[in-house]
Amino acid sequence: MDSGLICVSLFTSEGVGIWIASILTLAIYSFLYRDNPIYRFSESLLIGISVGFLLVTTFDTTLLPKAFEPVGKGIIGISESGGINSFAIFVWILIPVVLGFLMFTRFVPRYAWMSRVALALYIGFGAGASIPANMQSYILRQIDATIRPFLNIDSFWSLVNALIVLVGLISTLFYFFFSKEQKGAFGKITRLGTFYLMIFFGATFGYTVMARISLLIGRLTFLMKDWLGLIS
Amino acid sequence: MRRSFPILVCFGFGTIMLAQFFIPSKLSTGAYNEITNWVQIIYAFALIVGVVGLIRYHLSRVSRRQGGWFFNLVTVSSLFMMAFLGFVWGRGDHSPFMWVFNNMMAPMQATVFSLLAFFVASAAYRGFVARNIEAFLLLFSAVMIMFGIASIGNSIPPFSDIANWILMNPSMTARRGIFIGVGLGTIAVSLRVILGVERTYLGKE
Repeated sequence: MDSGLICVSLFTSEGVGIWIASILTLAIYSFLYRDNPIYRFSESLLIGISVGFLLVTTFDTTLLPKAFEPVGKGIIGISESGGINSFAIFVWILIPVVLGFLMFTRFVPRYAWMSRVALALYIGFGAGASIPANMQSYILRQIDATIRPFLNIDSFWSLVNALIVLVGLISTLFYFFFSKEQKGAFGKITRLGTFYLMIFFGATFGYTVMARISLLIGRLTFLMKDWLGLIS
Repeated sequence: MRRSFPILVCFGFGTIMLAQFFIPSKLSTGAYNEITNWVQIIYAFALIVGVVGLIRYHLSRVSRRQGGWFFNLVTVSSLFMMAFLGFVWGRGDHSPFMWVFNNMMAPMQATVFSLLAFFVASAAYRGFVARNIEAFLLLFSAVMIMFGIASIGNSIPPFSDIANWILMNPSMTARRGIFIGVGLGTIAVSLRVILGVERTYLGKE
């Protein structure tokens, strides 16, 4: 006990889990040396488990409650009442399920074109829904957030900040205007835009690095504390 | 028929989804919810098609004993194992499915993401040279943010203040510019898709 190295017990469900998680963590970190079979094994394992997880989760949360259970209830409804209404409801429920099954025609080249119908519905939905959503969240709200600070100016520095933001937005937008050659006065504005973009890229980079380092600290803490017991 | 019918379906559903936003009523909300359900069901089937494709690809490599076939076998076996655990014992908090998630999938995913810390540090070491004003701004901004949000820098007021100021002003405004560009681009592409000008999603004949 005084040595400081107290590995977690292998004789409990939790202990086995910690051992497996630790070994897999080290297997993935072995890639830092170079690509090797141990890393490739853990990588393949991760892909398989992730896809299996997604499959089961999607089946449980979408297919079962939204497709198969309603279809089952629809069949029971028809067999019990047999009315035209029950049949109409059943057909309505069946449409997306049939469209879903049409996706499998991709495996039969002769009938693969049928899957396009389901795909077209999906893409049409996405395109139609994204226009007002993008207009609101990506355009109007961003313009609103840029102009609104001018209505709440309470000090010299809040005015300076509001101006910095407004000038930054205009110059960044000018930078992305590629229909005109970026020279002269226009070129100076676009160059200012690149300054803002560089600050943004630097900040995003810094944030990403810190997020990944935080994950690294989390994994090292797990190994040192939960597995080896080196940290109390 | 093979191309025109899907284009018609795309136009019809795209127009309905666009119109329902501007016609606030019970009917339009109902239609939106119903079509959203349809789309989720189609997405789920598309996912299964993808999984079947993945299994076929890996199994074909295993059956032909192609290089690294053992790793293909590991992928398929672990996929079937996870599916078996999930379908037989469910997804409860103490189920074998969640045990695998907590002790294998989550730690491995976190480790893979944390690997990037090493590569990013290496790329930064090689790439962060203040050759001109743009490169200097990139370097300055990254260093300030990293130092400002780390525990040590966060406790020193000038660094945390500078990091916050960068995030809330110049960085935010450039982000807004990019967002507006993304929004305009998405709207243009969406209109092209709805009107049938953009047809690449249909694939080849």
